[in-house]
Amino acid sequence: MSLEFEKPLLELEGKIDELKKVAESGVDLTGVVRQLERKAEELKHSIYSNLSAWDRVQIARHEQRPKTLDYIRELFTGFHELHGDRHYADDAAVVAGLARFEGRAVLVVGHQKGKDTKENLLRNFGMPAPEGFRKAQRLFIMAQRFGLPIITFVDTSGAYPGIEAEERGQYEAIASSIALMTELTVPILTVVIGEGGSGGALGIAVGDRVLMLEHSVYSVISPEGCATILWRDASKAEQAAATLGLTSETLTKLGLVDEVIHEPLGGAHRDLSLTYKAVQMALSKHLEQLVKLAPDDLVQQRYDKYRAMGRVQREVKV
Amino acid sequence: MSIFDKFRKQKPRIDSSEGDAVPAKAPGSDLWVKCSGCGTAVYKKNFQENLKVCEKCGHHHKMTAQERVQQMCDEGSFFEWDSDVISMDPLEFGPEYLNKLQQDRAKTRLSDAVLTGKAKIEGLEVALGVMDFHFRGGSMGSAVGEKITAMMERALELGLPTVMITSSGGARMQEGMLSLMQMARTSAAVRRLNKAGLPYMCILTDPTTAGVAASFASLGDIILAEPGAIVGFSGARVIEQTIRQKLPPGFQTAEFYEKHGFVDKVVKRVELKRTAYELLSLLTRPLEVISES
Repeated sequence: MSLEFEKPLLELEGKIDELKKVAESGVDLTGVVRQLERKAEELKHSIYSNLSAWDRVQIARHEQRPKTLDYIRELFTGFHELHGDRHYADDAAVVAGLARFEGRAVLVVGHQKGKDTKENLLRNFGMPAPEGFRKAQRLFIMAQRFGLPIITFVDTSGAYPGIEAEERGQYEAIASSIALMTELTVPILTVVIGEGGSGGALGIAVGDRVLMLEHSVYSVISPEGCATILWRDASKAEQAAATLGLTSETLTKLGLVDEVIHEPLGGAHRDLSLTYKAVQMALSKHLEQLVKLAPDDLVQQRYDKYRAMGRVQREVKV
Repeated sequence: MSIFDKFRKQKPRIDSSEGDAVPAKAPGSDLWVKCSGCGTAVYKKNFQENLKVCEKCGHHHKMTAQERVQQMCDEGSFFEWDSDVISMDPLEFGPEYLNKLQQDRAKTRLSDAVLTGKAKIEGLEVALGVMDFHFRGGSMGSAVGEKITAMMERALELGLPTVMITSSGGARMQEGMLSLMQMARTSAAVRRLNKAGLPYMCILTDPTTAGVAASFASLGDIILAEPGAIVGFSGARVIEQTIRQKLPPGFQTAEFYEKHGFVDKVVKRVELKRTAYELLSLLTRPLEVISES
C-alpha cells in the first residue's frame, strides 16, 4: 500500500534501487546514487514535516502500521490472551489478556485491526461488537480486584454498525465501559496507536494518561461521516479531516491528550524498532508515576481530569 | 419494486420534523396541525391538550424543553440552573457555527440543548435535566456536558434524585473531540450518584442516539422510554450502507429495546409523570407507608 503524498518519494527510492542494480554490473554510479539518496532524505523531511490532517488519516490507517498485537509481542512478556465476555461471545476485534510489562503484571486490552483482507475479516476490521466492550469490562473488574494496572491500545474506525450489534445494546456496552473506567481504582494508561474512532474508541480509552502516537488520529466522527452530514458528500472527507481537529497536536492543545509519542521520519511503519522503543519508554515513564498514587487519589484525579474537559463561557445577557 | 409502491404512502422511519406537527395546509390552518406519524389533520387545541400525542395514531411528537417541564413538574416548581452556560467555538468552525448557536438560543430560549434545574414531581423534589431537539438537534457539546455534569454534582450536594429526559442525535461534531469527552465527563458524574445511593432515572424520548445513548442516557437505575422513540448507537443509514440490506420494521425503537432488555418500560406520555413519581418514591422513600388513594 502506498500513500498518495508519498508517491514522489517512492518513485525516487525506486530510481535509486534501479541505479544500484545497474551499478552491480560494474558501472560506477556511487556519486549519482549518493546524490539521489541525499535528495530522497530531503524530500522525506519536507513531506513529513508538512503533513495535512488527511495525510495523517492515511498514515493512521496504513495496513503496515503496527497494531495492538505487535505492541503486545514486542513490549510485553508472558502474554496470555483471555477470551470472551462470559455472556455471549468472544469479539476478535478486541484483544485482551494478562502479561508483564517490564516485569510488572498488567492487563492489556486493545482494538485489533488486520494487516490484510483475510485478517481483517477475522477481526471485523477492528470494529468492536458489544461483546468486545463487555469482555474489556469483565477484565477491568478483575484487574481492579488484583490491583493490576491497565494498559489499553486504541485503533478502531469505530464500533461496528450492524443489526446484531444494535440488538445486543452497542450503546449500553459503550456507556457502561466508559462509566466503569471512570471509577476503577487501578491505573489506566491509554495509547492511541492508529485510528481513534468516536465512542468505539472511547469505550476503552478513559485513561489516567492518554498518550498518542504522533501520526495517529482521534475524532468524534470519521472524516467521511462528518463530510456526509455537513455537506452531504463523503468525498469531502479531506476537508472534514482538516476541520475536525483530529491530530495529536490539536488534541494536545485542547488538553485531551497528555503526551505525543514521536514517530520515526516517515511514520511508525517505516522504522518499527524505533517505534516500539518510543512507546515502551513513554509507557514506562507514566506507569512509574501512576503506580505511586493511592487508589482514592487516582480516582479523584481521573474525575478532575475529565471534569475539566470542555470549553464553555457564561453568556452576558443584555 | 412495483409501480404501485410509488403511490403508496410511506410512513417515514425517522420523524425528522422538530416535533411541532407540520401545520396543515388547509383553510383555517392555524387551527389544525398535521400529524407527522399518520398525516391526519388534528385540531390544534386538542393536540396541545393531548401533550402533542396524535389522538388518531398515538404518535408522540417532540416537545420543547419548556413544554416538557410543564408536563412533568408541579406547577411553578421548576427553578433553572446554569441558564447562562453557552458553548464556544474551540475548533474555529467560524461565524456560521456561532450564528447557528445564537439563532437557536433565540428560538428555544435555552442556553444550549439542555435545560437543567430543580423541580418537584408530585411533590417529590428532584434534579431535572431536559434535552431539547430544537437546539442543534439536541447535540452534545461542551455546554450540554457541563450543564448535565453540574446538575448531577448539585444533586449530589443536595441529596436529590435525578431525572434526565433525553432527546439528541449524539455528540456535536462542530466541537470535535471535546464533544466526545462529554461522554466520559457525564458518565463519571452518574457513577458518583450511584455511589451516593441517589436514584438516577433516564427517560428516553425521540430520538436518543449515538454519543448520548452511549453515555448518561443508558446508565440509569431506571430507564423509561416514550412509545416509538428512536434509540440506538449507529444511525439507520450507516447500518444499511454497511450491511447492504434494509432494516426490519420497528428496528431501534423504544419497544425494540424493551424487548431486547435495554429499556425497563415503555411509558405513554400521559402516564409518564405519575410513573416517574411512583418509581422514584419507591427508591427514595422505601419505608414510608403511602396510603393508596
